[in-house]
Amino acid sequence: MTPDEETEFKRRRSARNKAMGIALLAFVVLFYAITIVRMGD
Amino acid sequence: MASNAASTVTMPAEWRDFFALTKPRVMTLVVFTGLAGLLAAPGSIHPVIGFTAILCIALGAGGAAALNQWWEADIDAEMKRTAKRPLPQGKLRREDARDFGFFLSGASVMVMGLAVHWLAALILAGSIFYYAVVYTIWLKPRTPQNIVIGGGAGAFPPLIGWVAVTGDITLMPVILFAIIFIWTPPHFWALALFVKTDYAKVGIPMMPVVAGEKSTRRQIFAYSVALLAVSLVPWFIGGTAAIYGISALVLSAIFLALAIPVSFRTALEGDTMKPEKRLFAWSVIYLFALFTALVADRIILA
Repeated sequence: MTPDEETEFKRRRSARNKAMGIALLAFVVLFYAITIVRMGD
Repeated sequence: MASNAASTVTMPAEWRDFFALTKPRVMTLVVFTGLAGLLAAPGSIHPVIGFTAILCIALGAGGAAALNQWWEADIDAEMKRTAKRPLPQGKLRREDARDFGFFLSGASVMVMGLAVHWLAALILAGSIFYYAVVYTIWLKPRTPQNIVIGGGAGAFPPLIGWVAVTGDITLMPVILFAIIFIWTPPHFWALALFVKTDYAKVGIPMMPVVAGEKSTRRQIFAYSVALLAVSLVPWFIGGTAAIYGISALVLSAIFLALAIPVSFRTALEGDTMKPEKRLFAWSVIYLFALFTALVADRIILA
C-alpha cells in the first residue's frame, strides 16, 4: 500500500465505523423508546 | 494477488455505497406510501411505534433492493441506467451486498414483529421474498409480464402501514395495494419505451421488446383506464370522503389524458419521446398526490 492509499484506507474505515456507530446508537435509543411505550400498553 | 488488483480490492467500501444499495430514491416512494397507509388507517398508533413501523418498511425495502442488486450485478453492468450502481462499479464486494441485504431484511422483519405487530411483520417478510425471489430471481428474466408482477412488490408499503395500525386486513388497504399494483405497469412501461434498447441488450424480456411497442402502448391505455376506476373505489365504498374522491378523479383523469397520446401514436426513428417522458413524470407526481389526498381526507374529516 502506498502512503496515499493508506490514508484513503484509514479515512474510509473510520467513516464506516462512524456510520456504524451512529446507526447502533440510534437503535439503542429507538429500542429504549419502544420498550418504554410498550410497557405502558 | 497482483498489486494493482489488491490495492483496489482490499480498500474498504464507503458507507455511501451501502446506502446506495438500498435504492434511496425508490425508498422515498416506499416511505411515503407506507406512511400514507399508516396515517389513513382508522384508529391510532403511538408515534414511536408508528415511526418504528415506517423504519422497518424502509429497511425491509432497502434489504430487498440490496438483494436485487446482488443478484443482478452482471445485468446492471451492461445497462446505462444501472451501470453506475456500486456493484457494477466494483466499489464493494458482492458477498457484502448479499449479507447486507439479508441482514436488513431479517432485522426489519424481527423489529416489526417485536415492536409493532406480527401480522405486519409477516406481510413485510412476504413482500421482501416477493421482490427478491419471486420477482428478481424467478419471473423478471422469464416473462414480459415482469413489471406487472414487480408492481406487486411496490404495492405492499401502504398495506403494511395500514396493518401496523389496525392489526387486520380489510378491504381498504387491499384497494390501496391494487391502486399501486395497477399504477406500476403504465408508470414503468412509459420509462421502458424510452430506454428499451438497454433492456433488449441484457435479455430482460421487457414488454416493448417482446410484444412490440404497439401492444405496450395499448396496454398502457388499458391500465390507465383501470387505474381511473380502481382509484375511485375507496370513495364509492365509503372508505373515504369527497376530498379523496374528487382528487382521485382529477389526478386519474390527467393520467389518462397523458396516457392517450402515448397509447395511440407510433414513435419514429430519433423520436424525442416527449409524451412518454411526460406520462412518466406525471405518474410519479400522481402517486404522491393521490396518497396525500387520502391522508388529507382522513385528517380533515376526523
